[in-house]
Amino acid sequence: MMTYALLFAIGCFGIALLMNLWVVLRAPGLPDKVLAADTMVINIIALIVLHGLLTGSGVNFEAAMLFAMTGFVSTVAFSKFMLRGNIIE
Amino acid sequence: MIAEIVISALLVLGGLFGLVGSFGLLKLNDPMKRLHGPTKATTVGVGATLVASVLYFKLVQGLVTWQELLIVVFLFITSPVTALFLAKAHLHRNMKPSDLPPTGTARGWATFDGDPGDRDARHL
Repeated sequence: MMTYALLFAIGCFGIALLMNLWVVLRAPGLPDKVLAADTMVINIIALIVLHGLLTGSGVNFEAAMLFAMTGFVSTVAFSKFMLRGNIIE
Repeated sequence: MIAEIVISALLVLGGLFGLVGSFGLLKLNDPMKRLHGPTKATTVGVGATLVASVLYFKLVQGLVTWQELLIVVFLFITSPVTALFLAKAHLHRNMKPSDLPPTGTARGWATFDGDPGDRDARHL
């Protein structure tokens, strides 16, 4: 039963990732594209954790942690650039 | 058996919430509405998935793993910050100061006024 739930969750996050990619490519404004890229990072964290569940090993969690940190920092840097035209003033 | 049911329920819940969040980002019609999907639904979805992972390693394999809880805390702290920054960027790029309601204080909307701390530093 858990295997089917796992495959279902992987399918859901995969479809979500494809939708985010569509928004990154076709969104009208820059903030939407940045938001979609940030959501892609979050969905990829979920996929990494689900892969760890599928293989039963915990080695990937540091990678997920790094994804979370760099994703947040890059989104803040993008927003700062959109707000001020500069990142470090 | 009960552990498997709980983990499966959390996994299905997480997948559905992740899907709903990204679908909202794709389908809603206003940039401010579009902020809701990824910053709330997707965060809950990823949180449920990570809690399912914690429970799996504790109840099925007998290992205690803390990294997932760290990731959950980090995501729950950072997603409102991301939403605030993107909302400010949207206000800055797509709206005029005359479109916004008055703030009710001496200072206007921070997005359009510039950095007050900077101005003080220049006076000193």
